[in-house]
Amino acid sequence: MIDCVENRLLTSRRGLLLGGASFAAWAYLPKFARAANGRDPRLIVVILRGALDGLSTVAPLGDPDYAGLHGSIALAADGAHPAIMLDSFFALHPAMPEFARMYRGGHAAVIHAVATPYRDRSHFDGQDVLESGYAGPGRVQSGWLNRALEALPRGERVWSGLAVGPTTPLVLRGNAPTVGWAPVALPQADDDTAMRLVDLYRHRDPALASALSQGLQLEKAASGDDMKPKPGNQVVQMRQVARGAAKLMAADDGPRIAALAFDGWDTHANEGGPVGRLAFLLGGLDGALAEFESGLGDRWRDTAVVVATEFGRTARINGTDGTDHGTGTIALLAGGAVKGGRVISDWPGLKLANLYEGRDLKPTTDLRSVIKGVLQDQFGLSDRVLAETVFPDSASARPMKGLIA
Amino acid sequence: MARDSQAALVALNRFGFGARGGASGDLINAASDPRGFVKAELARPNGVLLEAPGLQSTPQLGQAVFAYQDQVKQAREAAKETAKETAKATAPAEMPPQPPADQKPALRRNLSLNTAATEIGGQMTDAKPADSAAKPEMMQPNASPPPAAKPAPQPLNVIQKTFRAEALARLQRATLVECGFTERLVVFWSNHFCISASKGELARIWAGAFEREAIRPHVLGRFADMLKAVEQHPAMLFFLDNQQSLGPDSRAGQNRKRGLNENLAREIMELHTLGVGGGYTQEDVTSLARIITGWTFAGRQGQLGTPGSFVFNTNAHQPGSQMLLGKTYEPAGVAQGEAALADIARHPSTANFIATKLVRQFVADDPPPALVARLRDVFVRTDGDLKAMATALVDSDEAWKAPLTKMRSPYDFLVASGRLLARVPEDPGRYLNSLNLLGQPLWSPAGPNGFPDTSAAWAAPEGIKLRLDIAAQVASRLGDNIDPLDLLEFAAADAASIETRRTIERAESRQQALALLLMSPEMQRR
Repeated sequence: MIDCVENRLLTSRRGLLLGGASFAAWAYLPKFARAANGRDPRLIVVILRGALDGLSTVAPLGDPDYAGLHGSIALAADGAHPAIMLDSFFALHPAMPEFARMYRGGHAAVIHAVATPYRDRSHFDGQDVLESGYAGPGRVQSGWLNRALEALPRGERVWSGLAVGPTTPLVLRGNAPTVGWAPVALPQADDDTAMRLVDLYRHRDPALASALSQGLQLEKAASGDDMKPKPGNQVVQMRQVARGAAKLMAADDGPRIAALAFDGWDTHANEGGPVGRLAFLLGGLDGALAEFESGLGDRWRDTAVVVATEFGRTARINGTDGTDHGTGTIALLAGGAVKGGRVISDWPGLKLANLYEGRDLKPTTDLRSVIKGVLQDQFGLSDRVLAETVFPDSASARPMKGLIA
Repeated sequence: MARDSQAALVALNRFGFGARGGASGDLINAASDPRGFVKAELARPNGVLLEAPGLQSTPQLGQAVFAYQDQVKQAREAAKETAKETAKATAPAEMPPQPPADQKPALRRNLSLNTAATEIGGQMTDAKPADSAAKPEMMQPNASPPPAAKPAPQPLNVIQKTFRAEALARLQRATLVECGFTERLVVFWSNHFCISASKGELARIWAGAFEREAIRPHVLGRFADMLKAVEQHPAMLFFLDNQQSLGPDSRAGQNRKRGLNENLAREIMELHTLGVGGGYTQEDVTSLARIITGWTFAGRQGQLGTPGSFVFNTNAHQPGSQMLLGKTYEPAGVAQGEAALADIARHPSTANFIATKLVRQFVADDPPPALVARLRDVFVRTDGDLKAMATALVDSDEAWKAPLTKMRSPYDFLVASGRLLARVPEDPGRYLNSLNLLGQPLWSPAGPNGFPDTSAAWAAPEGIKLRLDIAAQVASRLGDNIDPLDLLEFAAADAASIETRRTIERAESRQQALALLLMSPEMQRR
């Protein structure tokens, strides 16, 4: 949370807008940019909660066992909705044409057969491990992205992360101050009332003082017609959240690092193949990526988006045309900064003997290696900080090289 | 005058829904005997039940959905027909208009098709994502000031009407009860065994009935009974897909070439009883999934029983004995699963898991280990007597000594505000909108683990700012006719901080004073 010195600066709403902690660090950013060869890198982390079926998103059509295992929901290279071939072996779900376009342009990549170090199949522990960055589950109060912010060298420090949604995802919780924004339409309390409440909190409840100050500040920064919520289904909302986040991050003094979460990927029953429920959600994700690209404009060049999920789903469909909790899955990278056009995978194969516990895609890449590689190339974090602070006890998962152009 | 206002705050805010305004005298009563004030409700187990005119049973509601879906389908088909006929009819330009007999039904059909389109939103009726995203928006017409010309609202369908009636009954009860401890327990257990209304139409219409039928009767009863009632309730079977799960070697499994879905079995052990790390394996998950195959509800045709009621479908049940947590369960039809649940309910991991969650809810984000151990022992000694658990909690010293640092959830905050203002809701709309905005849509958590229960989750910057905006809205509507300092007396009396009192005294208007009071730490923390 914010420290007290900064809080005392906030004596008026105007002060909130200009001197708030979240944006107070903007002056450091040019220095930061120069240090990174004139680049002004941005990072967006998208968490897909519920466990994404990696084998249905980027399908190993070249694997002779895939079609049999994925049965009625398997993708195919032909038919009314053919999967989009990424190379001679892997094909992308047809609901993701924008990602395919980025991939062809060399600005999107897939890492396949990845997993966090977590090997059980609880969503909630799995999400804790994914977001906390610790090797195992447990009640921790900070996430790896927040600790990465803290670890950025002084003078180049990015002060604010942007948590999109009414609550802060664990990945971005911690000591480094964060701000949140959610698309809602509600008449707002007037400035004077807000300032009186901040004053009361400052005397009686510093934690709420800090939370409210940040909340007030963000709402101004994000205002504008296109930031108002519009009725619509989840696909529309995913796009809208992405558009709002991109607008905030495109600003010169906007946050450089954001995290957001999309729910609903727990496809136990009637998952669908080229069309259906998963296809619908993937279309939303695809649209969100496109919104990041257009909303960030010139900044897209230096942006990396990491899409990750807590674990994968069973290789074989279950008895209800869906998939149960599994292990290995995919991670997606997109953005102008990404050295893309590749599916990176040490493919384990889908023969029964090669499946993890005889049921799941076996992970051959540690997701932490992927994220560490991105953090290192985008922000210059050292091996040691990444292995000890950002992802504690992760020395064995070396940062993956060459993910960023 | 209050003898111990601080203890009264614990009684009312930590255990209950906060003091009621008006002539209730809650704070004074709570101060004179804080523990007795809280425990009084525990002596009235029937008081936990919720019956209100018009609230229907799960089978009745299921049948209402089936009928509604049939109606929508017919309307869609009829509209298709009409469209074809119209196309035929308009092709030759000189054709006379259709006979009036045909026109009337066509018009009606078009109206309900509109409703259907809004409801169904393509083919995604059953998919929770589409549903969950669309509904909150539809339910917040009051969230923004009305534009100059607003199209007439669609009439509510039976599902929306039911959901609102159930919500209203729950909100009215919470607003009117004395302390609110048992209602807080209902919310706790309902969240522990949550379903999500956004799973689909059946889940939405059943959400309130599920709580009334499976949770409330057992809140002061036995855990094992609640567990059985929950896992056999059609709403839970639908929410976690068990109605689709077939034993691979059962007759239905063989015929239809479909099989297991382990969703419910996993969450029973992970979220409802043992807790993650509670000593079960993937094998146990699969085994329990087999054991509860055939636990389903009768469909619209009623081949298995009354449509919308729990039934055990032998044809879908995996035959044979099953090994679960080291014990063999012989084939016994539905009793096989009931025996398994009864054992899981009294497992030591379950005692520990439930005790921890209960203490976290009512005492502190980091539950004091000694208190957790005591509650766990009560659970074991009494074979899961939940009234004994609640009593032990109120009797503990920890619950009265721990500082009031937990954040009220959005639901607690809104209910506490309504109580203080002595406003019994007549329409649930504002509450439902506000809950959506604040990230706690009623009966619709994002996952089967329910809404979070820590201050960190509810004290996020955006959440606090939205609470302020909502408080300002409430105050602008109601602030004219109240005296904020009177309300402060009702809410906290001499337990209120000097700063809060001064902030309210110095406010520039009654409205501003009320907004500040609702947002004060005394109203936000519990």
